[in-house]
Amino acid sequence: MAKREKCSLRKEFTKGLLIENPVLRLVLGTCPTLATSTSMVNAIGMGIAATIVLICSNIAISALRKVIPDKVRIPAYIVIIASFVTIVQMLVKAFVPALDSALGVFLPLIVVNCIILGRAEAFANKNPVIASAVDGLGMGIGFTAALFCMALIREFLGNGTLFADAQNLLGVFGDNVLGGFNGVTILSTPMTLFILPAGGFFVFGILIALANKISDKKKLPKAELHGCESCPLASTCSKVVSKREDNMI
Amino acid sequence: MNATQIFSIILTAILTENFVLCKFLGICPFLGVSKKVDTALGMSVAVIFVMLISTAVTYPINALLNQYNIGYLQTIVCILVIAALVQLVEIVLKKYIKSLYNALGIYLPLITTNCAVLGVVLLNFTNGYTFGLSMVNSFGAGVGFMVAMLIFAGVRSRLETADIPEGLKGLPSTLIAASLTSVSFLGFSGVVEGIFG
Repeated sequence: MAKREKCSLRKEFTKGLLIENPVLRLVLGTCPTLATSTSMVNAIGMGIAATIVLICSNIAISALRKVIPDKVRIPAYIVIIASFVTIVQMLVKAFVPALDSALGVFLPLIVVNCIILGRAEAFANKNPVIASAVDGLGMGIGFTAALFCMALIREFLGNGTLFADAQNLLGVFGDNVLGGFNGVTILSTPMTLFILPAGGFFVFGILIALANKISDKKKLPKAELHGCESCPLASTCSKVVSKREDNMI
Repeated sequence: MNATQIFSIILTAILTENFVLCKFLGICPFLGVSKKVDTALGMSVAVIFVMLISTAVTYPINALLNQYNIGYLQTIVCILVIAALVQLVEIVLKKYIKSLYNALGIYLPLITTNCAVLGVVLLNFTNGYTFGLSMVNSFGAGVGFMVAMLIFAGVRSRLETADIPEGLKGLPSTLIAASLTSVSFLGFSGVVEGIFG
């Protein structure tokens, strides 16, 4: 029994990394992905912040799943998520202020990140606490990994650097961690377009095409834009919009 | 608050700092509801409407929070107020203004967790705008959202007949089209400073 449990926990963990990668396969949380992948340091910071919120909210929602009445579950989830976001926001402001100013409004906007509400609705409210925590960790790492890949390409091509301003993140551990490592410059004449918004859309498109190609070989379905469908309010809205579109034809 | 300031904020929000194409707020509806121009228009009008009322309601609440030194509750309070407000507006419209409900009502539940709405509210606070300027900025942001949605809906309707390589079909081609639309907005950088300098 214990062995099977361990096995299924591993499955919950790995599915978030590849098969159900929230960004490249489920196309969730596109706004922070595009906005914070301009530099690798921002991407890692955003990824860690979202992962912490995701794990904590998954644990809390899973623990409270029998207490919260079904009808008011969405507002209840929003309150839980917003509380954790506020905690993370205050911690980041206090310990890594440079990251706080780099991420700007996207730090509080973790509240409306569909990955977190989506996992609460799809997983945490049906599963026990430990499985939900592992699911949150897997999804969070999957999100961070996808952000990191995008930021790697965008920062390298668009700014010619890798890990620029790494001290922004490392500053937490002290002044001279890694010998004051603050990123390396590789290209002297970078293509600025890639760190501009247009480059973000472009790199994201290419990465999704690549993920589609790989999943095609493994006989998995292509990444589709679920857009609103995958968000928790889908039952009210996607039906409604498709009905509306049918009426217009 | 003078006319120059108002125009400069509106133009900045629409052209140089477009909410969707430059700030990446509200990407989900931008990609999800832009297949047809009609739905794109309905969605955008609903977004403008919700942005304006949520700014109007959250501004005094935020002032109240700051007065009692509990400004850190901003995020929780704002998202809850917006979520409740959208529901309330939906109910009121359904009961009293039937025609408006038929035009906008179905889009309203979509907007509650839209990051563009919470984004504009929070940006107004961080920029330290007065009540009037906050409303102007929200209006500009909403119109910017509408401009981007309408342009992109047009682009996508052309994309449907295009001959796209197998690997890029579907979402990747949509994102690359969005990238090209975004490039066109790069041309506006510096325009507002140039006019109002």
